[in-house]
Amino acid sequence: MPREEIDLSCKVEYLSILDEDGHLDEALAPDVSDEQLEQMHRVMLLARRFDERMLNLQRQGRIGTFAPVSGQEAAQVGVMAALQAQDWFVPSFREFAASIWRGTPLKALLLYNAGYNEGAAIAEDAHDLPIAIPVATQIPHAVGLAYAARYRDTDAVALVFFGDGATSEGDFHEAMNFASVFETPTLFVCQNNQWAISIPREDQTHSKTLAQKALAYGMPGIQVDGNDLLAVLAAAREAVERARSGRGPTLIECVTYRLSVHTTADDPSRYRSDEEVEEWERREPLRRLQRYLKERGILDDDGIEALESEISEEIDQAWQETEQAMQELDEPLDIFAHNYAELPRTLREQREEMASRLGEGGGGLSNGQTDHGAGAQPGPARGDGRG
Amino acid sequence: MAQALNQALREAMDEDDAVLVLGEDVGVDGGVFRVTEGLLDRFGAERAIDTPLAESAIVGVSIGMAAHGLRPVCEIQFSGFSYLAMQQLEGHAARLRWRSRGRFSASLVMRMPYGGGVRALEHHSESKEVYFAHTPGLKVVAPSGPRNARALLRAAIRDPDPVVFLEPKRIYRAFREEVPDDDEPMALGESQTRREGNDLTLISWGAMLQPTLKAAEQLAEEGTEAEVIDLLSLSPLDDTRLADSARRTGRVVIVHEAHRSYGPGAEVIARLVEKAFWYLEAPIARVTGYDTQVPFFARETDYLPDVARIVTSAHQVLEA
Repeated sequence: MPREEIDLSCKVEYLSILDEDGHLDEALAPDVSDEQLEQMHRVMLLARRFDERMLNLQRQGRIGTFAPVSGQEAAQVGVMAALQAQDWFVPSFREFAASIWRGTPLKALLLYNAGYNEGAAIAEDAHDLPIAIPVATQIPHAVGLAYAARYRDTDAVALVFFGDGATSEGDFHEAMNFASVFETPTLFVCQNNQWAISIPREDQTHSKTLAQKALAYGMPGIQVDGNDLLAVLAAAREAVERARSGRGPTLIECVTYRLSVHTTADDPSRYRSDEEVEEWERREPLRRLQRYLKERGILDDDGIEALESEISEEIDQAWQETEQAMQELDEPLDIFAHNYAELPRTLREQREEMASRLGEGGGGLSNGQTDHGAGAQPGPARGDGRG
Repeated sequence: MAQALNQALREAMDEDDAVLVLGEDVGVDGGVFRVTEGLLDRFGAERAIDTPLAESAIVGVSIGMAAHGLRPVCEIQFSGFSYLAMQQLEGHAARLRWRSRGRFSASLVMRMPYGGGVRALEHHSESKEVYFAHTPGLKVVAPSGPRNARALLRAAIRDPDPVVFLEPKRIYRAFREEVPDDDEPMALGESQTRREGNDLTLISWGAMLQPTLKAAEQLAEEGTEAEVIDLLSLSPLDDTRLADSARRTGRVVIVHEAHRSYGPGAEVIARLVEKAFWYLEAPIARVTGYDTQVPFFARETDYLPDVARIVTSAHQVLEA
């Protein structure tokens, strides 16, 4: 009886192109124009400043809990830049940089985080799924979208983001397996930011890499320096090309770091050291890109300063518009909107009940929605019945 | 009924290429109850999809397909395994329209055999309608025979919202019924009166409708005319028809397989108390499964409501 090694013919590569000091590996560098680089840099910077502003707004009690993106901008923008508008974007809950790249208005992001459902509205032609909060549960959706895109003879691909913690969830494994079995045009992008709230990457799984989890499903997996915009872009382009040409899904592990809190309700000092954060600060993606852009002659300090003030104004403007919208969005009956294509009768009755209560309370109704009746229950008065 | 469901799927897939079926063993094998038989041959593997064994992904992938505009009909092999997909159902299918402000909808049907009476293994005999009916954004329906099974499934597939379609496995092959050639329109959320009467209202659905109708016949022999209402839809609940009947008869018995506490009957009673209380002449009774696990099949018939239990309960309500 033999006992011998099975040749699995599989490997996991690591890709880094632009190192911590902004030095480039010319041989590996993807073909990218100055304009594309400027565009990517602008979104990364905007996402960083937006994050900082959101944190301030949250600390002031003006918006609610959110999950900051700081440190992960390259892992998101590098992937998004490899997609086209027709491709499907399936976010988790920390994808602010990716959403901004996609054209989601800052006002919508602010409104969402200020607790208004209206902020989750998605443009009719956008191929963006809404934010998904339960970890990993969005991953199978990207497989279904990709399956349908192929079934409908489009050449769109579907991209899904998730974190290192998500790779422990069943939905991650089930979705990877489905995608591979059906060879769907799906990009699985893991932003391994080292921490799932307080659980470090090495306690999440004993696998050496997260990328290697692809191999179990017969799918290529690659690990990239997730703070290296160019490496992320190169890997994503390759995966998009593979998916679009009918060669199936890919898992990309972007090794990055959550520089800030898990969410604004989290205190990282309970579980990680300042030294560790400082170490990763040195590798953070924005400064690295700026060094490179300066070296390439695309950007100088004056240019960055001008961009900073432009972005600051853009965020001011978005917050002003958000505050305005929050004052206008005072319709409590909105809670009944979009639960079903058409409200079932039971829900219409509950809506009337609420409208009636608000009417009696002497306010709260706007947008002319005062015509929903008194909401009185039909039926005989007490004692009129047979009982 | 399995044949009628198969007919409904075939018709829906003929009519609209957005409709496809997916699940465990639904292709080559035609489903363990043969509900998807022949669909693979007729529509190919792209539309009759044998999936890996993973309930959460079956529903999750269906949600993605629906977001793209398809109308997937996914099968969970037995409802006892659907809880693996509960997060997808509750967290996404039920909320996609709401969360995206109407941009996307999870226009899918999740079919699954449920209920007891076929001498099956553990986890194959439960009736947990309320898990789904308690969830805003979902619709939950259960046919009671071939004719309404076909109409209800066609309606569920056309519906723009996610529908949990519960198939009482005990009646897949229990009796024959003529199914008309033409499509029969049916609105989700409407119950039907299966027998008229003025003395008592019996409310049931799914596999329990048969013993309930038999109990009504037995009561008729004694001179009591029971009205029998087939709920068909657990959510939305057609309480208008229920209340109208209760007001007329003043006496109500609810029959269901599900556990009694927090069971569907509790909601029916609450609606009747709200809408017909002053017409009631006796406390409303429930003939249900007990608040125990569904026993292994040797004692299954002791657990499930039957004609004798329904008649006894009806007598008590009539005498109250």
